[in-house]
This record gives sequence, structure tokens and C-alpha cells, in this order.
Amino acid sequence: MSQYILRRLMIAIPSLLGISVVLFVVLALAPGDPFSELATNPNVPPEVQAALRTKFGLDDPIYLRYLHWLAAMVQGDWGFSFVSRINVDTLILQRLPTTLYVIGSAQLLALLIAIPVGVYAATRPYSLFDQLANTFAFIGFSLPTFFTGILFILVFSVKLDWLPFVYTDVPGSGIPWLLEMIRQAIMPVMVLGLFQAASMTRFVRSAMLDVIRLDYVTTARAKGLGQTKVIVKHVMRNAMIPVVTLIALQMPAVFGGAIVTEQIFRIPGIGSLLISSILANDTPVVMAVTFVFACLVVLFNLIADVLYGWLDPRISFR
Amino acid sequence: MFDNNLRGMIDDVRNGRMDRRAFVKRMIAVGLTAPLANQILAIGGVAMAQSPNPYKPTKRGGGGPLKLLWWQGPTLLNPHFATGTKDQDGSRIFYEPLASWDVDGHLNPILAAEIPSLQNGGLAADAKSVVWKLKPGVKWHDGKPFSADDVVFTWEYASDPATAAVSSATYAGMTVEKVDDLTIRIKFKDPTPFWANAFVGAYGCIIPKHLFAEFKGGKSREASTNLKPVGTGPYKFIEFKPGDLIRGEINADYHMANRPYFDTIEMKGGGDAVSAARAVIQTGEYDFAWNIQVEDEVLLRLEKGGKGKTLYAVGGDIEFIAINFTDPNTEVDGERSSMKTKHPILSDPRVRQALALLVDRESIKKVIYGRAGRATANYLNGPEEFVSKNTKWEFSVEKASALLEQAGWKAGSDGIREKDGKKLKLLYQTSINGPRQKTQAIVKQACQKAGIDVELKSVVASVFFSSDVANPDTYAHFYADIEMFQIPMTQPDPALHMRRYHSRNVSTKENKWQGPNFPRWVNKDFDAAVDAADTETDPIKRADLYIKCNDLMWQDTVMIPVMHRLAVEACSNTLRPALSGWANQTDNLQDWYRET
Repeated sequence: MSQYILRRLMIAIPSLLGISVVLFVVLALAPGDPFSELATNPNVPPEVQAALRTKFGLDDPIYLRYLHWLAAMVQGDWGFSFVSRINVDTLILQRLPTTLYVIGSAQLLALLIAIPVGVYAATRPYSLFDQLANTFAFIGFSLPTFFTGILFILVFSVKLDWLPFVYTDVPGSGIPWLLEMIRQAIMPVMVLGLFQAASMTRFVRSAMLDVIRLDYVTTARAKGLGQTKVIVKHVMRNAMIPVVTLIALQMPAVFGGAIVTEQIFRIPGIGSLLISSILANDTPVVMAVTFVFACLVVLFNLIADVLYGWLDPRISFR
Repeated sequence: MFDNNLRGMIDDVRNGRMDRRAFVKRMIAVGLTAPLANQILAIGGVAMAQSPNPYKPTKRGGGGPLKLLWWQGPTLLNPHFATGTKDQDGSRIFYEPLASWDVDGHLNPILAAEIPSLQNGGLAADAKSVVWKLKPGVKWHDGKPFSADDVVFTWEYASDPATAAVSSATYAGMTVEKVDDLTIRIKFKDPTPFWANAFVGAYGCIIPKHLFAEFKGGKSREASTNLKPVGTGPYKFIEFKPGDLIRGEINADYHMANRPYFDTIEMKGGGDAVSAARAVIQTGEYDFAWNIQVEDEVLLRLEKGGKGKTLYAVGGDIEFIAINFTDPNTEVDGERSSMKTKHPILSDPRVRQALALLVDRESIKKVIYGRAGRATANYLNGPEEFVSKNTKWEFSVEKASALLEQAGWKAGSDGIREKDGKKLKLLYQTSINGPRQKTQAIVKQACQKAGIDVELKSVVASVFFSSDVANPDTYAHFYADIEMFQIPMTQPDPALHMRRYHSRNVSTKENKWQGPNFPRWVNKDFDAAVDAADTETDPIKRADLYIKCNDLMWQDTVMIPVMHRLAVEACSNTLRPALSGWANQTDNLQDWYRET
């Protein structure tokens, strides 16, 4: 097993290198530069902009810039942002807690809705509950988050005035602070969580239906086991294998943030950092965020594979 | 005659025969504005009145939190690295200049004890030096005293090329010396009529020598104070997350009485302008939102909510269509729009005039800019004393068609004019931005009526305004026939604004398209006027020279001004901000308070 993990990690290295080359080249070929705001400011002569480009090495050839970046990255130096002149790791770590809190809560909410609803719907296919669950799931994943987000703002902030729509790190501690943190996270978590839950419910339901028809389930029932025990211990455990893959592949997104939702609610997460860095052509930040994202995808794929073995001992690692 | 009258009046003020307020009023009556009138008085030897912003609170603090919403959050807090106004606004919460531009455009002393004038010996008659007296007893947030050393250091820091400060041009061409602990003298290499650039406004913020001394030059990025500002401002630093949040608390040792009013300050970033307006005007979650470039129709609808309103500050920002004087379709030595070419269609002044007649400013104002725009024929729209009264604009398809006929462009079978078998076809580029695309559509429609085929092109703003040498789509390459954008006026003086179009500043491959004269317009009279104005110390003659520059641009139709744009802010009904069209929104933050 440990040999298997080691081998998988070794294979990951060339693919991560390949990813970094592609990312870097695409970013370098993209037009624009981080100092464009200076261009129309009559107080700032163009030489200043040119001096900044030279200072930050933006005029070097692409391969040199890539090698510099790679050498630094290997030594754990992520570089600094051209726009804010802060180390990239500081910038990302600042954003990480909020991202984990908001996106993590949303994923949790999605799971808490999707698994019970999906399982229950699968045990009673085509019942009224199943029909309702299906209908809402279709509505849920057909509506994009930028639409539901604005709809929520209009209803809960503008019309009813119940919830704030600007998410900000409120200072303080204690119960009132906790309540405020929860209050302002309600809308973004709902928007993201319900969207995820919708597609996940469909997924859980169909995975359950695949398993529930198998012979061993009938056998278990024939042995006289109760419905709950059959569903939870015998069906769910097997039906969860594809669901685990899905969840594991969504875990990097928890770290990566949700660009659209973060923009709408002004959540200072990784997603909004990524989009503002892309718009500002802040290469070191974009590289770091996307590269970390790539690493997480590789890592969680591996975790998913290892989890299979635990869920189904028949799967072996070679 | 006006000249003589003015001189007489200045003497009257100096000798006490006329009070300065009456002088300013009279100046306004003849079309000058207050800031100019005051500068005229200052140069004429009359000390500037200290005209503080109205301020009612009678004690420091007690105002609760002040919540500001900047839809592009500040990304750094060193005023000398500030790439955009958002960064200047954020830095200005903590750092202060010697003086700010107040609501009326007067210099308002902040760290200065008084505004330099001929009378108090601050200004030299030859305009080659300025002496600033500093306010005594000012302390940095860490308790260290503020002195002339800090001011001199700020100049050394910003003017050092290795620091790569964006404010370097502000501090070029001068030396700054310490006279005593509370006095500094700026010596200019050349006579500098507009002396209030260094140490004033956004790039004028003074930084503490004791924290930055080690980080001058190449090591400038490593200073930890870049992220944790220590200034003299009304609010002390608590927290900063780039692009997201700045938080500060009241400075109990602030050097102005009863100020500031608020106990804490929060500047939140992110999102978009429409929802920022909504958070202030409609839901009241925030007190103030910056730069609300939203269609007036949307704002009017939001304002029905009633928790806030929009405010407008008049500056000199101009949205215009520039005309290419060179040929963008012919390549000479690997360069299009080369100075060796002439534009095949637009080099004919009649065609340029026809284009100017086809920009329907009234409709553009009505449909797009609303209260945030003023139709104008001038490129230079402020301060008032520099605004030409000799120009006019009109919208007339008939007159434009007649001019085109005269120029030999005859209507073709498909309605498009042609001459010598060539179609009258123009490429019109701008950056991607809602109002600009709508303006393009309005202009294109009018051009079609006059038989001009206009092809529209929109470029992503980050590309259009980039200095990327290899990218042909930047505004500076100008590989199109006409292009539209906005140039802001960052100070109440036209020198920088007009010097751009001097023929030595033409944008070419040789200077990597860094020359700011992108229309590549060459006019000897204009060059001479700009050169003369640069060293002219007589304010009236100087204003005349800039008016002449503006009129030359108008006669030659170099720029077709589309809209004189005002700064739009959203503000809660109870907040009383002190804003100026000539400064950053936070430039008078110490005077903000809430009406209860």
C-alpha cells in the first residue's frame, strides 16, 4: 500500500511540471501588464511603468522567467505579488480561513442535504417524495449561482432587510461575533450549498438505485434484517464509492474558492484573489493559486483511490 | 484690459482695499474658479485664506464606525507605490501630505503650519523656490516626533530611481533641503509656476524616516511598514488584507482639534459598482462608496430607496475621441501609424471637423452619463481660469455631410461615401466598458447617416491601457483611425494635461510607444505655447497660454471631447464627507463627520 502511494506520488511530479509549464506559458502569452492603471495618469511618466517592468523582470524572455519561478518554487519561495508587493504565501494564507469556512460550510450543507434526500428518494423511487426531490434538484442545478445570488440579495437584503450582502471579517470575539459571522455567511453558503446539493442528490440517488437492485440486498432482506440496517450497512456502503470520488474531486474546490459567489458577496476568498490577480495580470499570484490547485487535485485523487480500498476491501493496490 | 483690471484688484486685496472673499466672488463672476483665484492671489502676493471644510463636531471621537466601500479594494498601502487611485485612497487614511485640496479647490494645510505665499515669504518671486513651514507638535502613530527630516527623506526616497516609486516624477527636477526642524525649502531647477505638486495630495504623503530609512532604493519592497503603515493621519492602522479590507482606529493624538469624528474606519473592497451603490443607497450597510460609474438611470432608481444619495465632484476628467494623424494601415520600418506617414482620410481637416459634428453630446449625456457628465467643446475643462470661452460644439449631420462633399467624398451606391474609388471607412476603438460601447453605437449611427462606414472595436481595458510593447491593441500604439477613452486630471493645474501633446512626446516605436502624444499631432504653435507656459510665472499670461493650447487643439480637431466627467460617489444621507474634484476622495478624511 505504501509502495502504491509512493509510486503514485512519483508519477505526479512530471504531470505537475507539465501543468506548471502550460500555466506559465499561457499567462505569459496573455496580453496586458500589472501596471496598466498608471498609463493614463498624467502624473506618472511612462518611464516609471517601464522601470517597474524591468525591476520585476517582466521584460525577460519567457523561458528565463519560468526557470526563475521554478527554481524559487522548489526552494519554497512563492515569489511576491506585483500588484501588492506582498509575498504570495502571505496573501494566500490570509484568504484561506474565509475560503475554508464559507466554501467548506457550503459543501457540508450540500452533503447534509444530498445524502439523506438521495438515499430516501432511492428507497422509494417514483414516490411523491422522489418526484419532488427530483424537481427541486433540476431547478437547483439549472439556476446558475450568479442568478440565485442576486435573487437572494434582492429578497433577503433589499426587500426584507434581514441579512447583510457584503461579507466582511468583523472584528471581535464571543457569541455576538459568532452570530454575526454566521449571519453574514448564510446567503453565500445557501447559494453555493443548494447548487452543489442539487447535482449531488441526483448522483446519490442513482448510485443507490444501482446497488439496491442487486441480489445480495434481496438476500439480506430475506435473512430478515430490518430496512434501516439493510440500507445503511449493506446498500449505502457500496453505493458510496462513486459518491466518494465525486466528493474527493470537489475538495480542491473548497480550497480554490468559488469565483462567482465570492465576487457577488465580496467574500475575501481564494476565488476572488484569483480573479482579481488574473484581471491585474499578477502572474506570481495566479501561478501560485492555480499550481496549488493542481497539486490538490492530484492529492485528492490519490486519497479517493485509497479510500476505495477501505470502502471495498476487494479493491487491491498494485 | 482684463489683465490690468486683475492686477489692480490684486493690489487692492494686498493693500486691504478689497476683501479677499469679494475678490474671489468677482473672479467667479468672470468665469474663474475659487482655486485659481486663490492661486492668483498667492502669486500676486496675498496669503491664502485657510478655508477649512465645514465641521460641526465639538469633540474628538464618539462617531462610531465609518464604513467605506471601494469596489476595487486597495492592494498596497505605501503612497509612493500606489498604482491606482484606490491605493492612494487607502494610503491616505494613515499618511498625510503637507496640504490637501479642499472642497473648493483651495490648498488646505494639513502638516503645514501655513500655505506658502509671497506675503509670508514662502514663495520666491522667480518661482524657483518654495519654503514650507511645518506644524509643530505633530507625532507619528508610534509616538516619534514629525520633523523636516521626514519631509526631506520623503523626497530622497521617492526621487531615487532604484526605489521605483510611482511618484518619482512629482519629485524630479527639484532639491529639498532642511532649513530648521520645522522648515523645508524646495528649490526647482526651472521656474515652476505650479509649485503645489510635491508634498501635496496623494503623491505628497510624507513617510516616516525612522521606519523607511533602511529601505530606500533597491530594498524598498522589503520594508515591513509597507504593510503596516505608520503615519500622522487621523486614523491608526489595525489591519490590512490586500484587495479586501483596511481597518483603522481613531488617533487620539491627532494634530487637529476635535478631529477625527469616527472611532473606527473600515474600507472594504471587492464586488462591482452597482452593488456598491446598492449597499450604500438602498440597504444602508455602508456609509460611502467610491467611483460609482453606473448609468444614471440605475442610480435614480436606487435613490428612490432613500437611505443614501449620489454626490458629484467637479474636476477636469475628460472623455474624448482622439484622431490619428498617421496611417494605421501602412507599415514603415516595422511600425504602423508611423510618423513618416499621413492619414489618408483624416489628414484632411474637413473630415475631422465633420467627425466632430457627428458626435451627439447631448444624447450621450442624456442616455449614458446623466448627472455625471457635462457636454463640452474643450479638452481642458478646469480649473475655471483655464477654460476657454472661444470654442463651441454642435451636432449636425447636414453640416457634416456638406463638409464631406466639399472634401470630395461623394455618396456611393451603397450610401457610403467614396473618393477616387476608396470607401470612407474608419476603425473606431475603445476599451470594454458599458458606457463606451453605448457611446460608440451613438456615434456610429450618426456617422452612417452622413455616409461614413464606422467599424467598432473594443479592447479589454487591461490590454488597452497596458504598456506592453508587443501588443498592437494598446491606446498608445493607436493602430486605429479614431479611439476613445478618458484622461483624468489629477491636480488643479493643466501643465501635465497639456504637455502630453507636445510634438517631442509623439508615441513611436523608437520610444517603445511611451510618448504620451498618441494622436501623433504636431503643431509648432502648440509646442511654443506649452513651452512658454511651463516657465511663465505670471498666472494670467499662463492661463492665456493654456487657453490658447486648448483652442489650437479645437481648431485642428485633434480631440473630439465627448463628455466632461464628474466623479460620482454614493453617500449615506447622514454622512457629511469633504470631497473635492481635484483630489482623492479620502484627501480630507479628517473633516468627515455624521449629522445626527
